[in-house]
Amino acid sequence: MSEVSALSALIGVIRRDLKLAMRRKSDVLTTLFFFVIVVSLFPLGIGPEMDMLRKIAPGVLWVAALLATMLSLNRLFALDYADGTLEQMVLSSVPLGLLVAGKVVAHWLLSGLPLTVLAPVLGLQFDLPAGSLAVLVASLAIGTPVLSLIGAIGAGLTLGVRGGGVLVSLLVLPLYVPVLIFGAGAVGAQVSGLGAGAHLSLLAAMLALAVFFAVWATTIALRIALE
Amino acid sequence: MSRRLINWFKYSSPQTFYPLAGKMIPWFATLAVLFGAAGLYIGFFVAPTDAQQGEGYRIIFVHVAAAWMSMFIYLVMAFWAALGLSLNTRLSGMMASALAPTGALFAFLSLWTGALWGKPMWGTWWVWDARLTSSLILFFLYLGFIALQSAIDDPRRADRAGAVLLLVGVINIPIIYFSVQWWNTLHQGASVSLTKAPTMARTMLWGMLLMVLSFWMYAIAAALYRVRCIMLERERNAGWVYELPEVKS
Repeated sequence: MSEVSALSALIGVIRRDLKLAMRRKSDVLTTLFFFVIVVSLFPLGIGPEMDMLRKIAPGVLWVAALLATMLSLNRLFALDYADGTLEQMVLSSVPLGLLVAGKVVAHWLLSGLPLTVLAPVLGLQFDLPAGSLAVLVASLAIGTPVLSLIGAIGAGLTLGVRGGGVLVSLLVLPLYVPVLIFGAGAVGAQVSGLGAGAHLSLLAAMLALAVFFAVWATTIALRIALE
Repeated sequence: MSRRLINWFKYSSPQTFYPLAGKMIPWFATLAVLFGAAGLYIGFFVAPTDAQQGEGYRIIFVHVAAAWMSMFIYLVMAFWAALGLSLNTRLSGMMASALAPTGALFAFLSLWTGALWGKPMWGTWWVWDARLTSSLILFFLYLGFIALQSAIDDPRRADRAGAVLLLVGVINIPIIYFSVQWWNTLHQGASVSLTKAPTMARTMLWGMLLMVLSFWMYAIAAALYRVRCIMLERERNAGWVYELPEVKS
């Protein structure tokens, strides 16, 4: 058996997951529309005053992004677990961490990245100024990978468990809180004149930590689930 | 030295730990009552009225002790989780799941008594301050752990999955502790610290420490009681369970 290089395995997993998702576009699009609809509901519930909307926009967009990411966590491992692909991945000669990293990257490309691209359009509905929009996009671009990484742990732990979908939210949402605080806080800090640098740096620090620890914890969780 | 090692491992099996736990429970329960009675007596009758906060501050004796225990129990659970994952011991997972309801109880108590304290002091039941918020998240983490464990039927997988979740969640504990320094908000700073002299009267400090000891003993007694139930449930097919006098009769 020829040795598969680490990089080609990583790219292979990403391409495979993207291709699978493209064959069932509705899964990806449902998450996106969920994001758009949740964000659009807030002005209806709170009222159309622009001052108020401008103030709550970063928080609303971030909470909606959190919920949308959480909804899409289910498809991260569940299908591969059901048809036995995951078992083969655990058994393969390529380190499981790499394969998990590839799946998380694919998950982010399908959920986090579209959310980040859509966010400025929704931000305009909330009358956010251009500077805030830029910070919002930057915070989402750094923060949503963290959401995918932490979510992967929850998805791994709840594989094949009764009521997995609801359970994953109970496990993962408390862990999302720091990301939410700094992500939405970045826009607030920029508006108040403090500058968003500190918040974005903290988010980036969380991302650096999560890239290592979350992938590691996910591999452990998957091994436990497949035992 | 080698003798001690043998003793450690001897009690890591449910068969030997079950009777030991049974012997220890009355002691810890008695101590909990004694410390609690002494702490409450000092708290309500000996400690002076606070100059700024009046009589309302007396809830501190329950509140601080409960908040400390809620954080400490999570750390203990994480310790058992790490031990269980690395050494693959059966008892560690049982201890972690036995501690979880007690920890959740203390987390809830600290939130509730905090609200009762906040109303007369700040004029509001709840503020979205960093420390309150992170205590609330700690409570959610306990609930998540309990929910995950009860959703998995295989006890071995439940233990190991719970252990991973605990170790991931333990990141939250330092955030609780350092949040006071990170965000400067309504909540008063820590009034007891190890490095500088406490800013409260000595009797108040004694009352608080006694309450902490009392809660500590209660937590140990409750966890041991619960772990005995878990042992019986999981080892119901093992021979030693049938030879127990309480099972035989």
